[in-house]
Amino acid sequence: MNMWEYAPAPESRDIANLKPAYRPFIGGEFTDGSGEPLKTINPATEEVLAEVSTASASDVDKAVRAARRAYDKVWGKMPGAERAKYIFRIARLIQERARELAVLETLDNGKPIKESRDADVPTAAAHFFYHAGWADKLDYAGLGPHARPLGVAAQVIPWNFPLLMLAWKIAPALATGNTVVLKPAETTPLTALVFAEICRQAELPPGVVNILPGAGDIGAELVNHPDVDKIAFTGSTEVGKLIQRSVAGTHKRLTLELGGKAANVVFDDAPLDQAVDGIVNGIFYNQGHVCCAGSRLLAQESVVDELLEKLRYRVSTLRLGDPLDKNTDIGAINSAEQLAKIRELTESGESEGARRWTSPCPLPDRGFFFAPTVFSGVEQSMRIAREEIFGPVLSVLTFRTPDEAVAKANNTPYGLSAGVWTEKGSRILWMAGKLRAGVVWANTFNRFDPAAPFGGYRESGFGREGGRTGLEAYLDG
Amino acid sequence: MAEQRRARVPVAKTYKLYVGGQFPRSESGRSYPVSDAKGRFLANAAHASRKDVRDAVVAARKAFPGWAGATAYNRGQVLYRVAEMLEGRREQFAAEVAASEGISGGKAQSVVDTAVDRWVWYAGWTDKIATVLGAANPVAGPYFSFTVPEPTGVVGVLAPQRSSLLGLVSVLAPALASGCTAVVVSSAQRPLPAITLSEVLATSDVPAGVVNVLTGRADELGPWLASHGDVDALDPTGAGAEARTELAREAAGTVKRVLTVPAGEPDWTERPDIARLRRYLEPKTVWHPMGG
Repeated sequence: MNMWEYAPAPESRDIANLKPAYRPFIGGEFTDGSGEPLKTINPATEEVLAEVSTASASDVDKAVRAARRAYDKVWGKMPGAERAKYIFRIARLIQERARELAVLETLDNGKPIKESRDADVPTAAAHFFYHAGWADKLDYAGLGPHARPLGVAAQVIPWNFPLLMLAWKIAPALATGNTVVLKPAETTPLTALVFAEICRQAELPPGVVNILPGAGDIGAELVNHPDVDKIAFTGSTEVGKLIQRSVAGTHKRLTLELGGKAANVVFDDAPLDQAVDGIVNGIFYNQGHVCCAGSRLLAQESVVDELLEKLRYRVSTLRLGDPLDKNTDIGAINSAEQLAKIRELTESGESEGARRWTSPCPLPDRGFFFAPTVFSGVEQSMRIAREEIFGPVLSVLTFRTPDEAVAKANNTPYGLSAGVWTEKGSRILWMAGKLRAGVVWANTFNRFDPAAPFGGYRESGFGREGGRTGLEAYLDG
Repeated sequence: MAEQRRARVPVAKTYKLYVGGQFPRSESGRSYPVSDAKGRFLANAAHASRKDVRDAVVAARKAFPGWAGATAYNRGQVLYRVAEMLEGRREQFAAEVAASEGISGGKAQSVVDTAVDRWVWYAGWTDKIATVLGAANPVAGPYFSFTVPEPTGVVGVLAPQRSSLLGLVSVLAPALASGCTAVVVSSAQRPLPAITLSEVLATSDVPAGVVNVLTGRADELGPWLASHGDVDALDPTGAGAEARTELAREAAGTVKRVLTVPAGEPDWTERPDIARLRRYLEPKTVWHPMGG
């Protein structure tokens, strides 16, 4: 096979302005946390990037108090038009520091620079810009003229889109007049702490945003703090269930954005080349570390062979390697732990009898990498068809009729997203109605916009982020 | 002649469950005596069991695609038909409500009238709620993106313990108006209007299984609804404060939507807002590329 050869085109890591140490952001100040410091590493090289001071239970309490004070004294009663201007400032500052944030995100997370540069960071800025405009228009949010903020929001976010998930959480919370204590993921705290700097540059009043690096135990401290009014969590269904359980019987409002096992349904009349690109984007974008990833390909039986052939060819052209290289399509798996999980699940696919095909692309000598993998002949009972792998692994199943496609697509406790590929408009709309998922992409995949609500059915969680609907999660109507 | 009139023995009704469009007894064979507010025996009610809950959930799940897939206009007409049928049986309901709740005939009549009006109110919402809650999303790219609210699925409803008809209608009608199907556990002490309402539903073009009514104890049946994998949402209104916390914990195992409800029983005569409809609806966002 002919591969185009590209000279390496690495982005300079100096642009990230890496500092040797980072600290929690509480009450408008960077302060030493009293938790056990952690070392955050570059998953592409396994080198230590920085030492991060983490929060302890007492720091959680301090941060919640700071957020409460800021809510009571400043932010909760500030006119929406004034709040808006702070949030617009934040959007602009993210745009101004976009390149720095993109490189830092890629270093800390392992995702390809072209993704952090073209998607994560600009979309994060867009979320702030969009929600800033809502701050003085909440009477039109659909909850009546007396909608009120909830108070202090505790937010816990995952490592797959560190800055973007922060934006999804913080932007609507601030626009609606809430204050925030946010815990970034243990393995990806850096862009959140640069965001804290941005809050200072924006002169956001102290305590409105507090950032606490730490592990899951600090997340648990935060969501269980009695003075928190609202919890927003994005992460695994397993942890989401624990949180839902722990807030039962309290006054805390909860939204959850959890796992997924999305079906990407390809009909025989679909434009196959376009579909192949959509399938590749659906499962290999961000190394498959996407809760809405199209991890189950449902191909109509009559085209599955042709589709698989095109798909394997296309996947074999994906460039895996240095995430900072602008040509890189597939970066590093975020952690050794996640890599082990992906390996374990792929082994189960083989032992349960699915046919494994793995891209012959070379893997770097160090760092956490996993070559794009496609399983065919997958049965619904196999673990790789049921469990979220959260990695670059696609499971291919087949169907004969539209009804069968719907039944198989919906045969999962999850319901976050789904894809449909067909030239037939009536079938797209029929499928969009039948698929039990919060987002349906037709003849496209993985599209996100602050104006478009996103969130799941069933065990993929509840509540939406984005659009007018997303405001409901932070308002009492 | 007077002798003959006195000899007329009324035909008493056997109160059973309402599951899948049928009126079965509890599979457990259990029943319990129901008294009026003064303690006089009214009837035996079926005492539903865990197995009845499971049968009811199966029926509700089976009915869901048809009800959710019906046009909003159709659902609105069906709910309006419920109001029509209820209107026609006002006196019977007033008598049952008066007996169950120990209120005067005039007050009971007013409660029934409000219950009829509530069906009319929700009937009118079926084809408007998507306009109010849905959206065309102005996304920054060549895509057509829209958001529509869709019914969440099967709803478990623990009906209020005090308000035997109006309270029940106020928690059931929004589930139906949103396109969900329901498994309802009636008031334990005042279950009879719920079963009579089931007779109305059975003759109002509400498809079999869309509403299933179990008479029995919320504290016994609630946990089975809360932990059932095929129930999508739970309204814990009829459970006590402590029981609600336990139900919410159980519900977390399947990430159910659990309604936040007032601690005490609200004044059901007040006109509701759309909060209950909102909780039973899942916004679904659909994207498609645009291009020439």
